[in-house]
Amino acid sequence: MNKTWNNKAWFMVLPVLALVAFSAVIPLMTVVNYSVQDTFGNNVFFWAGTEWFQEILHSDRFWAAMGRNLAFSAIILCIEVSLGIFIALNMPRKGWGVPVCLVLMALPLLIPFNVVGTIWQVFGRIDIGLLGRTLAELGIAYNYVNNPVHAWVTIILMDVWHWTSLVVLLCYAGLVSIPDAYYQAAKIDGASRWAVFRYIQLPKMHRVLLIAILLRFMDSFMIYTEPFVLTGGGPGNTTTFMSIDLVKLAIGEFNLGEAAAMSIVYFLIILLMSWVFYTVMTNYGTEKR
Amino acid sequence: MARINLKDIRHAYVDSPVSDDDYALKRVDHVFEDGGAYALLGPSGCGKTTLLNIISGLLHPSEGEIHFGTANVTDLPTEARNIAQVFQFPVVYDTMTVYDNLAFPLRNRGVPEDAVDRRVREIIGMIGLQDRAGRKAQGLTADEKQKISLGRGLARADVNAILFDEPLTVIDPHMKWALRTQLKDLHRRFGHTMVYVTHDQTEALTFADTVVVMYEGEIVQIGTPEELFERPRHTFVGYFIGSPGMNLLPAAMDGGVVRVGGQSFALPGVPQRLSAERIELGIRPEFVRLGREGMPISIAKVEDIGRKKIVHADLEGEAIAVVIDEDAEVPAEPCVAFDPAHLNLYADSWRVETEGRP
Repeated sequence: MNKTWNNKAWFMVLPVLALVAFSAVIPLMTVVNYSVQDTFGNNVFFWAGTEWFQEILHSDRFWAAMGRNLAFSAIILCIEVSLGIFIALNMPRKGWGVPVCLVLMALPLLIPFNVVGTIWQVFGRIDIGLLGRTLAELGIAYNYVNNPVHAWVTIILMDVWHWTSLVVLLCYAGLVSIPDAYYQAAKIDGASRWAVFRYIQLPKMHRVLLIAILLRFMDSFMIYTEPFVLTGGGPGNTTTFMSIDLVKLAIGEFNLGEAAAMSIVYFLIILLMSWVFYTVMTNYGTEKR
Repeated sequence: MARINLKDIRHAYVDSPVSDDDYALKRVDHVFEDGGAYALLGPSGCGKTTLLNIISGLLHPSEGEIHFGTANVTDLPTEARNIAQVFQFPVVYDTMTVYDNLAFPLRNRGVPEDAVDRRVREIIGMIGLQDRAGRKAQGLTADEKQKISLGRGLARADVNAILFDEPLTVIDPHMKWALRTQLKDLHRRFGHTMVYVTHDQTEALTFADTVVVMYEGEIVQIGTPEELFERPRHTFVGYFIGSPGMNLLPAAMDGGVVRVGGQSFALPGVPQRLSAERIELGIRPEFVRLGREGMPISIAKVEDIGRKKIVHADLEGEAIAVVIDEDAEVPAEPCVAFDPAHLNLYADSWRVETEGRP
């Protein structure tokens, strides 16, 4: 096939390139700049090479934070994906229930991160919070301030409450696109409920599901606001995720070089994961052609 | 296998039907005999698919009962009715291989694996997809997918009936012939009751022993292809079957004699008086003779369709079609005459049964 090359098309991309340069590339470059140099103020910089990177990659603190991040992402993905599929399967397909459910589902998505954090922070307080007080009355010694497990549970609950809707809505979109004939054929073929899910619904959902997993992974890996609002990373360091640690390092300890190196490592991890997801997603469809 | 008895089935898609117009199926009372090959023929929206889905249990009829043999299955779910159904558009399980697709209805019913294998191999050969057996169904073409759907319908040997809902719509014309012949073969070999829904008269007439013609939610005629052609019970059948359809000319009754324009026809066994708002005389274009005698016509157009020619003409203000041989001459002052043995009289669209004629 003969393609006509028209280089004028590049001009169309220019505005976006300019925008991205100012919003992402240039800030990123300053971070790169910090990560390979050391400074003692007064705009005096010394070349540091890969020193900061070595320091980061050898620090327990970094790996602990990253472990927490991975654990958190894994837990919320498991819960949100299975819960999301379950809710989507049970949502009504027609009638007045559809708009009601859709609006209810969309509500949490409209609430800003810090508000979600504050809502749950108050909700869980043992002195005035509805949840905290109720649990206390029931004789459960729930306290996210000094119990790491409780803090984790609260943050996970927050995220599940906030973001399961996204998975639900994406899955629901996949489900409603299945023509009735498929369900009818399944009945004719005597398929069980599980077989209908496994061979009709899941294959139709898998594309949107991958997008949901990708979005939820990236988002949960960047988690910052919720633990920050709830306990500021505590108790101790138990909810200090990479982003919180990064802010502590950069702004709390003013350790700019190390923080910059950490940012870049953090960025590369997300980039790598996203690339893996993207490759898996695009290959899945073409594999069988 | 069983005979399917539909007792006074009515179905409405609205909740509380008031008039007859609310019913998608007005009243169907019919028996599909065990082992018969039936075609349900009718235009889109006449209730064919509704009737089919009621038989298979995908729809519960608003009124009436369905019996398979002696058992009342009206309230049984689809899975319990042991029916196979093939839909208009291909339904395949994308993530399964072609082989697994065909094995699916058998495995779901706990058929032992060696019996499954034997049956699937047989079906896969029948639909000509042997070389695709291990492929995922996802990447196949539309007509390959439809063949899988067909194959899944045929996979179970012990079904009560196989229902086809316009199954060949997406198949290439040359494949249509082959598959229809195969279905007919299968019917001869296994003797399943088959009901084939279509709006294509050729398909219906070539597939079925008995054609059930539906129109606006009612069965208007049940018969062999010849009966439908020779003695349509309803003007719709006359018009729908045959190409071109039956000529219908407004007529008047005059003491046992039918008048069309200036011409009168004596039909044996016609009642002296008919209390109907509209009386029509029907004659197939094949039985109209074009010549120098009879009623004068003015020709509008002559269509050559190969071995035959269709003459479209005007007879006293009414359109009339005549089929003549390819090499037949059209006279300069053309006239038409009707073969009296093939005249049908219609009162308010329904055929007037005339005694003494077959």
